[in-house]
Amino acid sequence: MSDKPKFAMYWAASCGGCEISVLNIAEKILDVDANFEPVFWPVAMDAKYKDVEAMEDGSILLTLWNGGIRNDENEHIAHLLRKKSKILVAFGSCATEGCIPGLANLSPVEEIFATAYHTISTDNPQGIHPQPTFEVPEGTLTIPTLKPVLKTLAQVVDVDYYMPGCPPEPHQIAAVIDLVIQVLQGKAQLPPKGAYIGCGNSTVCDECPRARNVKHITAFRRIQEVAPLDPEICILEQGVPCNGPATRSGCNARCPRVGAQCIGCYGPAEGVLDYGARLITAFASVVDAKEPEEIEAILDGIPDPTGQFYRFNLADSLLRASTAAWKKNGH
Amino acid sequence: MSENTPKQDKPKVGVYVCHCGSNIAGMVDVEAVRDWAREHLAEDGVVISRDYKFMCSSLGQELIEKDIKELGLERVVVAACSPHLHEKTFRTASERAGLNPYLTELVSIREQVSWVHTDKAIATEKSKALLAGTVHRVAYNTELEPLKVPINPNTLVVGGGIAGIQAALEIANAGFHVYLVEREPSIGGHMAQFDKTFPTLDCSACILTPRMVEAGTHPNITLLTWSEVMSVSGYVGNFNVTIKKRARYVNEELCTGCGICVEKCPQKVIDDVYEAGLGYRKVIYTPFAQAVPKYPVLDRPNCTYFKNGKCKACEKFCPTNAIDFTQEDEYLNVEVGNIILATGYDLFDARKVTNYGYGRLPNVFTSLEFERLSNAAGPTGGEITLRDGKTKPQTVGIIHCVGSRDKNFNNYCSSICCMQSLKFAHLVKERTGADVYEFYIDMRTPMKAYDEFYQRVLDEGTLFVRGKVAEVTNAAHGPHEKGKLIIQVEDTLVGKQRRIPVDMVILSVGMEPRHDAKQTGQLFGISCSSDGWYIERHPKLDPVTTMTEGILIAGCASGPKDIPASVAQGAAAAARVLDKILQKEVELEPIRATVNEEKCSGCRICNNLCPFNAISFIDDLAVTRINPALCQGCGTCVAACPAGAISGTGFSNEQIFAQIDGLLMGV
Amino acid sequence: MSESFEPVIVGFTCNWCSYRAADAAGTARVKYAPNVRLIRLMCSGRLDPTFVMKALAGGADGVLITGCHPGDCHYIDQNYKALRRFLLLRRTLKGFGIEPERIKLVWASAAEGMKLANEINTFVDEVRKLGPLNWPKWDSNGHAALQPRSEQVMEVTA
Repeated sequence: MSDKPKFAMYWAASCGGCEISVLNIAEKILDVDANFEPVFWPVAMDAKYKDVEAMEDGSILLTLWNGGIRNDENEHIAHLLRKKSKILVAFGSCATEGCIPGLANLSPVEEIFATAYHTISTDNPQGIHPQPTFEVPEGTLTIPTLKPVLKTLAQVVDVDYYMPGCPPEPHQIAAVIDLVIQVLQGKAQLPPKGAYIGCGNSTVCDECPRARNVKHITAFRRIQEVAPLDPEICILEQGVPCNGPATRSGCNARCPRVGAQCIGCYGPAEGVLDYGARLITAFASVVDAKEPEEIEAILDGIPDPTGQFYRFNLADSLLRASTAAWKKNGH
Repeated sequence: MSENTPKQDKPKVGVYVCHCGSNIAGMVDVEAVRDWAREHLAEDGVVISRDYKFMCSSLGQELIEKDIKELGLERVVVAACSPHLHEKTFRTASERAGLNPYLTELVSIREQVSWVHTDKAIATEKSKALLAGTVHRVAYNTELEPLKVPINPNTLVVGGGIAGIQAALEIANAGFHVYLVEREPSIGGHMAQFDKTFPTLDCSACILTPRMVEAGTHPNITLLTWSEVMSVSGYVGNFNVTIKKRARYVNEELCTGCGICVEKCPQKVIDDVYEAGLGYRKVIYTPFAQAVPKYPVLDRPNCTYFKNGKCKACEKFCPTNAIDFTQEDEYLNVEVGNIILATGYDLFDARKVTNYGYGRLPNVFTSLEFERLSNAAGPTGGEITLRDGKTKPQTVGIIHCVGSRDKNFNNYCSSICCMQSLKFAHLVKERTGADVYEFYIDMRTPMKAYDEFYQRVLDEGTLFVRGKVAEVTNAAHGPHEKGKLIIQVEDTLVGKQRRIPVDMVILSVGMEPRHDAKQTGQLFGISCSSDGWYIERHPKLDPVTTMTEGILIAGCASGPKDIPASVAQGAAAAARVLDKILQKEVELEPIRATVNEEKCSGCRICNNLCPFNAISFIDDLAVTRINPALCQGCGTCVAACPAGAISGTGFSNEQIFAQIDGLLMGV
Repeated sequence: MSESFEPVIVGFTCNWCSYRAADAAGTARVKYAPNVRLIRLMCSGRLDPTFVMKALAGGADGVLITGCHPGDCHYIDQNYKALRRFLLLRRTLKGFGIEPERIKLVWASAAEGMKLANEINTFVDEVRKLGPLNWPKWDSNGHAALQPRSEQVMEVTA
């Protein structure tokens, strides 16, 4: 048993990209190993929930939580790890704001099942549907049940820090690891509780090299309709809906640099209550028309505004889910 | 009333619910609201909750002042009438007690509740909700100080008609400098075109020209005629204006105004500005004999020399070599503290009323054309004649309200046309002895000596027919109508249709805003009403200032009015400007937006949202900045910033979010 | 016994036109439905879509946005900016299952007290027919942006 501070990383409703991103810090992973003792990290080591339950409360110094809270297992482990951890970090867009799994908040649970298990591309000739409990000779088997809506980590437990990004960029992860190591060595202080770390203090435009002018949009277009994009000029100015202006900086404008519009995976800027609202107001501000019919014609260029503005942030928005998701099932 | 301890970090709030006699108390249970606030808003900071019959009275205000001093109140919320009435009252009271005035809010439970709802229980519940909204909001109010900016003592007056001249003279006489810009070659405006003025029948030019001369020679007035304002930037106290002084092709240093050039110019054109199209002028011309300044102007598009290189008669005969064909437009930059717009009016185009035949029937005249006929210096030497310039009319019909008070054209009344029409009737009778008919809807003669003038014209034998003229036609219905203009009208007092044959018809056309008023307004950052007149700050109590600090309006630019009213407004605008100049500083309301430059990413999405040009992009820092003196506090950029980098005092996000929470308490 | 549903509506007015219209309605003692609770902004251009969402998520059944007539805006043309935001907001809310008829944009000048009162009555009727929205009051811990930020930093012992 080492006396290095304990470290945990868990994945809930997520894709695994955050774990890959951690690996992408390359040699820095050796610093992690040098300074921490991983005690619970399902992707990297074998451990059981009962091992975690046996730990002392607060004995895990740092837990990185990746993934949204989609089912009752996720919820249970969130409460468990909160109890056992001193510092709990919502790691990545799924944990901080719901991310892509959060888009399921636009549908009721029945519809999610119907799509997963019964659509034409599913090979399920007997129409088998998962059951929460199943009797076998050995006893009763249970599997987690879906909650009516996906929640972010903070909507379920008290969170200490947030690291946005889908995934958080490796250079940001490396920077946070460095900070924590410095704190351990007494050379630095942790930021105030509740802070966003591993990210910038502005929005993607701050890091974007493209030239910016005053924008007058007469049409919104899909990127393939505009191709080739002018590499020097702001993407939004060229009529392609780029979420950069409302998205927190930190990724170094990764996507605009290679000619793709920002889709907003780093979430809202500091202090913003509803990410989508900022995009609604930003896009509306650059529409170059005064008459309602002209404005509507330009807005037709964004056929799915809910998806465009809330792709990553739906579960953490003010409204959180559509009426379809909560109306019948309660919440 | 009672005291409570608020939640940890909420400032201490005092709540005051006003009865307003029975205005509020008659429909809202004010005691219940008071008690409810004390109980349910205690955790939002309420430490005292009172009610009183008339909060705006000195006793009511003293309640607030006393509580601020004795209880250490940090916020005050009064639930009473509209903030537009008494916000200042309660803010001043708080200030007297040592509390920053912007920490006091007034929420209306009178105009918005007791006066408009009928169920006491519901009205009381709504009052609680509105009060809760404001109590939640006020916790996020911050101490604000009005912004003070210095005032440049120079003034720009745009428009050299009687209102502009009056304003310029008042300021100049007080010892301060004025730039008077006029786009015609001479100052004087429409008044210079009139013959006589009502009701005194003073000769217009005789009362106007002394003022014009005074303005033209005043050491404190820089007269810029044949000039236009091209751009305005800056803010109250510190405007920077670019003025284009068009080329006259006459060197003002050398010109003596002798007029030989005008005499010798071989080229005549129709004068459709000053003479209303009834007479000619030369290509190099002064618009009228008493023009100020006296320097003529060369009408380049019509000049033979500029068209095909020949002539130059003016240059040949000028005794002082003042003609300069190489002269160019000059651009001047002036810095002023205040701007008065006295840009006047245009006339309604009578051609639009096709049934009156103006432009088709030769002897239908507009009021301005008639003024020129009647004027001794006009194209007919003051003889009132038909279009042929010779024949005197024997019967004249004067039609009121042409283009005014008319759903098809302009809804409003043009104010002066009744008096003007009476004046015409008098002049026609005096000069020609003709029979005169006046066709009116109402007789509007309200001001001093106006109704007496109406009586006089009645006594002189003018005939009045109450009815809106349906048609002016030359289609005769019989030999007695041949060669005449027939006025078809319902005489409503008699209840009969009438056809009245006349020789001459005068249309009292309405006033309209200048046809480029909207663009001019945008240049200065002021707006026009739906009729196109410039909007004053308050229609009853503040007629010469606009919603834009530092830009004032005077005369017909803000709506039809007569000469005394225009003069009064010119003087009023001057007084307001002098008031500012003498204070040396102006205080601006501290409701403004600021950009947090660290958060700003330089996306520039806000950059074209400000009509006051307060937003600018700082290239080398790649951030946007807002000029607090130019910012008018609308909050549009605050709402637009996708990074949440712009905050606005007085109506911040925190304040409004809190207000929404409070309004929905218990829902 | 079921009570008939009375909608709660949050209204946004602009200081120069529509708020004064509300005052004018009050001064003229025009009676209208009590369901609208007004917030005064300086200009309809201040309307942030966040306000509308907060109101709906907070229990309002509808939101009324009012401002000066196009061309009459006290700040020249900021009401056009409000219009554009309103149109895009309404489309986005549709994706959340919120009927577009629950938010309405109305122009009223300072003199149009009667008109504003009528518009309020009409809108209240329209929302009443749609029924309550009853947006869930999601349990707290809540929103990441609203998490308390304590100045105290967390002490870490190795």
